[in-house]
Amino acid sequence: MVEKTEQIKGTSLWRDAWRRLLKNRLAVFGMIVLALMILLVAIGPIVIRLTTGITADYVPSQVDEGDLVRSFPPSLKHPMGTDEAGRDLFARVLQGGRISLMVGLISTLVSLLVGVSYGAIAGYLGGRIDNIMMRIVDMIYAIPYILIVIVLLSIFGGPNTPAFIASLSETFGGAGNQGLSQIFLLFFSLGLISWLTMARVVRGQILSLKNEEFVLAAKALGVSTFGIIFRHLVPNALGPVIVYATLTVPSIMLSEAFLSFLGMGVQAPYASWGSLAADGIKNISIFPWQLIFPGVTMALTLFSLNFLGDGLRDALDPQTRKF
Amino acid sequence: MLSFILRRLLIIIPMALLVVTMTWVLIRAAPGNFYSSEKTLPPAIEANIRRKYGLDKPWYQQYLIMMGNVVQGDFGSSLKYQGESVNDIIWRHLPYSATIGFLAYLVALIVGLFAGIVAALKQNSMFDYGSMATAMLGLSVPNFVLGPILVLVFALGLYWLPPARWGGPSSLVLPVLTLSAIYMAYIARLTRAGMLEVMRSDYIRTARAKGLNEMTVLLKHALRGGIVPVVSFTGPALASLLAGTVVVEKVFAIPGLGNIFIQAVLNRDEPLILGIVAFLSILIMIFNLLVDIAYGVLDPRIRYE
Amino acid sequence: MNSNGTILSVTDLRTYFHTEDGIVKAVDGISFELKKGETLGIVGESGSGKSVTNLSVMRLIPEPPGKIVAGDIIFDGTDVRALPIDDVRKIRGKRMAMIFQDPMTSLNPFLKISTQLMEVTRLHLGHTKKQAYEHAINMLQTVGIPEAHERIDNYPHEFSGGMRQRVMIAMALSCDPELLIADEPTTALDVTIQAQILELIKDLKKRMGTSVILITHDLGVVAGMTDKIIVMYAGKVFEQAPTRELFATPANPYTKGLLKSVPDPAHEQGKELYQIPGLPPDVAHLPPGCPFAERCYRVEEICRTDFPPFVQVNEGHHSLCHFAEEVYAESNAVQADSGSNPVGGANDG
Repeated sequence: MVEKTEQIKGTSLWRDAWRRLLKNRLAVFGMIVLALMILLVAIGPIVIRLTTGITADYVPSQVDEGDLVRSFPPSLKHPMGTDEAGRDLFARVLQGGRISLMVGLISTLVSLLVGVSYGAIAGYLGGRIDNIMMRIVDMIYAIPYILIVIVLLSIFGGPNTPAFIASLSETFGGAGNQGLSQIFLLFFSLGLISWLTMARVVRGQILSLKNEEFVLAAKALGVSTFGIIFRHLVPNALGPVIVYATLTVPSIMLSEAFLSFLGMGVQAPYASWGSLAADGIKNISIFPWQLIFPGVTMALTLFSLNFLGDGLRDALDPQTRKF
Repeated sequence: MLSFILRRLLIIIPMALLVVTMTWVLIRAAPGNFYSSEKTLPPAIEANIRRKYGLDKPWYQQYLIMMGNVVQGDFGSSLKYQGESVNDIIWRHLPYSATIGFLAYLVALIVGLFAGIVAALKQNSMFDYGSMATAMLGLSVPNFVLGPILVLVFALGLYWLPPARWGGPSSLVLPVLTLSAIYMAYIARLTRAGMLEVMRSDYIRTARAKGLNEMTVLLKHALRGGIVPVVSFTGPALASLLAGTVVVEKVFAIPGLGNIFIQAVLNRDEPLILGIVAFLSILIMIFNLLVDIAYGVLDPRIRYE
Repeated sequence: MNSNGTILSVTDLRTYFHTEDGIVKAVDGISFELKKGETLGIVGESGSGKSVTNLSVMRLIPEPPGKIVAGDIIFDGTDVRALPIDDVRKIRGKRMAMIFQDPMTSLNPFLKISTQLMEVTRLHLGHTKKQAYEHAINMLQTVGIPEAHERIDNYPHEFSGGMRQRVMIAMALSCDPELLIADEPTTALDVTIQAQILELIKDLKKRMGTSVILITHDLGVVAGMTDKIIVMYAGKVFEQAPTRELFATPANPYTKGLLKSVPDPAHEQGKELYQIPGLPPDVAHLPPGCPFAERCYRVEEICRTDFPPFVQVNEGHHSLCHFAEEVYAESNAVQADSGSNPVGGANDG
């Protein structure tokens, strides 16, 4: 109703978006919870170990070899109770949070890399190439992603682990750590199946941008196709990309949890929120806390991420609220 | 329009064959074999097995034989469930998954549309905040956590409903609710956003300027444009229902197609995997076509030639 | 029926919007009167509050964020502001109709033209389906749509912009309203189509005796069509005068600036088109003095500190300016000098 003449400058666009984001209480709530969660997950296990000596693998002393029930309800010593094997669930949830958050982050980065490049190239080249590239996307959509993940995991698992993943797991967990390299493989596999929608989003953006004058100007100046796509077009499509990436993180974390639930994701001794919750389901009627604590922690994180993503979308794109 | 539908229907077949090919390549690209997981077999027995399943032939012959059969709609028989044809297995287990999936989407559609419309009309009201927070919760709780919690409360706690297995209509309630939660949430959010967008548009102002009451403005003028995003969500939603049913089938011990598929993948039961993938991809493409047709019916500006 | 023949009288109307930037006083103390059969032009730049004024009259302000906080809107003896919304709906579309700026987005793209035309008369005139259909065809013919019989069942996207605006006009005039508000009806159209649409409104107004409020940012549009003109700026009336007088002897520096920026093909070829310097102020944060002060060619100290008075310079001619009398005198002098050219040279250079 109120007609406003708004002057939009390069930098003030982002500052405006930031200002709008801070006004969104739910998004701020999401940011705070996420920051706390990251902090807790990062330093929590160390603090617990230093103060109480409990680690994620620690089995309390009152448990004997022959004990049938090792699951203890929440207590002062074990704020979230213990799991089936008697391990402190709080420490495990924090430890598992590291992997869950890493899954979200790394896999999203992978999907970002693939999706943005693919979508930008298809959108910019257009015509028949675009058509073929998008039909391929359609087709991959039609293959159940679980199949792709399993195949990726089994092709590149074990002795076939790509060198860069092996070196990654070596850096973090020491040489020959098969479990860890399996987890890193999972990160990449999840990323490699989550780029499809991102590619579509970016392609749409590029299609609407590529006939703008600044592209013509770049062309006239003799900028290479690669340069036009990645230095001129992609930065201009950043808004929707950021928004969509924020919403990809929770969906990838859900996929990881789903795979762990099916027994194909994170394997013992490692844990993620998904695998912890999956373990908890077995005993839900007698030891409900084993499902509830990891489940609620995960839900709270996803909840925050979704609110943040929503807030970012409204902040970066106040006119059109589409999804 | 008719030729458009015909063309789209015709293209489904080569697309499905391509998907089957890609799946076949994926299965063959993975190291190992369906029989290799058990233990190392004596070479003589392995050679026997390979001969029996035609694995001793060059790969392109295997591919051509497989495709030749697939084109005729014959996926052969399962490697795991000896002697059962893939088609029989699919048709036997499909009704369970289809019932749950269809009911879940229906429930999601009804509740989601209603909540989204009311939330948009009463923007910033308690209902709006409440339903949108609930929707966000629905998007954030994994369904394998939601399902057991529902069981804990309604079956084991209150004894209202059976906790699992396929029985009368009451046994459907919890699985359908569990499966529909996330779609309900999506649809409510999409509807609300779509309605808000439309309600701000110029033609709604025109409708109000004509003196129409809010109900007419809403139902006659706003609704069509407002639910377009929901229609476009339906394609991907139906496709992703599969992953959802897997969890629900596992949690509630329902003998549906999703579980069969996961088992087939884990067992590397190639014919069964190919059969289910082909079946699902055809289903997805048909649903996408239906969505496109619905678009055309909804929006007169879209014309297919 | 009012004895004095006034169809609409607006007194001290104030419509505010609550935004995250604070309260935007989009319309802040507007008064005007419209006699039966008269045409009033409301002129101003984007954001001056001209559209909000008329949406307020129709009670179409989205609430929240907007709200009519004060003022009287008397339509043919009824206080529209005090009416319950259901009674306002009985007036909207029937006795008071509106045409909007963008015909491309103002018609519902999902519904046939016939549906959109028929629902007005079925609602307000109690037409049967058949009557409404006949009437709709008649209206389409009246606004000059060829082959109305066939076109009536088309969808909006099958019409050109000009044709869509004709459909909008047909819709607005379906119930033979007493007041027609046309909010920038030609802004979104090609120049040749603009003239046709204006001619159509003028013609229909004459035939049906409708009172018209014509909102525009283009003084050229109102020149030949209106009886009197209101110039709005930053939610206030800056000048109000009979059309002829406003063009001949403006009494406000802002009006002068607007008149100067109307392109005149017959005059001073090659000279750069005049443009009022600066941008309209942010209505959420208005300075204490005259809102136009920063852009005014004859600004003085008092303009920045004190809000200007609304001065009557002649019969029916008011101006919101500390120097209204002086500006009016200048205009009169130039007028006497040059005779025909209404835009004086006093403020050149």
